[in-house]
Amino acid sequence: MGALVGLLSFTKPPEGFEAPGTEIFETHCVIGSGDYCVNRASLLMILASVIVVALFLIAFRRPKLVPTGIQNAMESVVEFVRNGIALEVMGHDGLPWVPFLTTMFMFIFVNNIFEILPLIHFPTTSRMAIPPVLALLAYFLFIGAGIKAQGFRFFKESLFPPGVPTALYVLVTPIEFVSTFLVRPVTLTVRLLANMVAGHLILTIFFLGSAYLALQPATIPFAIPAFLLGVFLMTFEILVSVLQAYIFTILTAVYVGLAIHPEH
Amino acid sequence: MFRQLIGVLAQVEGDVGTIGKGLVYGLGAIGPGIGIGFLVGKAVEAMARQPEAAGMVRTTMFLGIAFVEALALFGFVLSFII
Repeated sequence: MGALVGLLSFTKPPEGFEAPGTEIFETHCVIGSGDYCVNRASLLMILASVIVVALFLIAFRRPKLVPTGIQNAMESVVEFVRNGIALEVMGHDGLPWVPFLTTMFMFIFVNNIFEILPLIHFPTTSRMAIPPVLALLAYFLFIGAGIKAQGFRFFKESLFPPGVPTALYVLVTPIEFVSTFLVRPVTLTVRLLANMVAGHLILTIFFLGSAYLALQPATIPFAIPAFLLGVFLMTFEILVSVLQAYIFTILTAVYVGLAIHPEH
Repeated sequence: MFRQLIGVLAQVEGDVGTIGKGLVYGLGAIGPGIGIGFLVGKAVEAMARQPEAAGMVRTTMFLGIAFVEALALFGFVLSFII
């Protein structure tokens, strides 16, 4: 037990080092003031939209038969969304959804990759502004697509799935209601938000910590591995950015696909 | 044992709430960790048995990971809220 006390005393941060908390996600007003103003995060969101529009315009304004450079890269993105998400999950009915899914994928990806871009270093999806809007968009889209494809039967099929003994509807219907109409937008939001918050926090802690450790000559041996691990985590965050954009898009596709294909 | 641990925690100086936050996330990550381990292991098994189905298996695997991972992330968010 004495050893445990000694071990736990290490959990106290060293004197003078303030571990960053959630305050690193607060930004100040740039234009205007008060609760409704344009801050750095809003400017970055606008920048993200501009980047996405510019990328697609530059790539496909004068498409060549043999793609080169940026057209090549963007075509591979579109192809990835078309073959890897739309056709894979929704089948041939998914082809009309490819433009929407591609835009969604690119927008989330650009907002995520801001986390590691030099001079920006702030994932705009780590603030509770973009993820809920995108999740609500996906939510209303799959409900709308379900109503369009099946009419009122969509609600009946999703709340009262066929093939279940009648007595079990007491149990099945509330579960189906919660999991389909309440939990889906919440998990979409939290998954994207928490991943980006965690990534941004851990990168900040690693780089601030290694900078702090490098101040004293005695702790420089600890600063070097901390910095190297921070660099490694940065490459890991690239993976997370792509993966979260992919997962958000594929889940949207799955929800829409389930809505337009009734379960017999 | 548990009472002893509480006694030790009572002796610790500083912010004990920090340890609680760590416990919330740590305990919340156990289940999803095991789950993702099983899930990816089985997916690799399926891909090795039937390489021609690898694309479908990979998509389903990512979907499953997304659902399981959400539980761990709830723990992460909760550690900020408490």
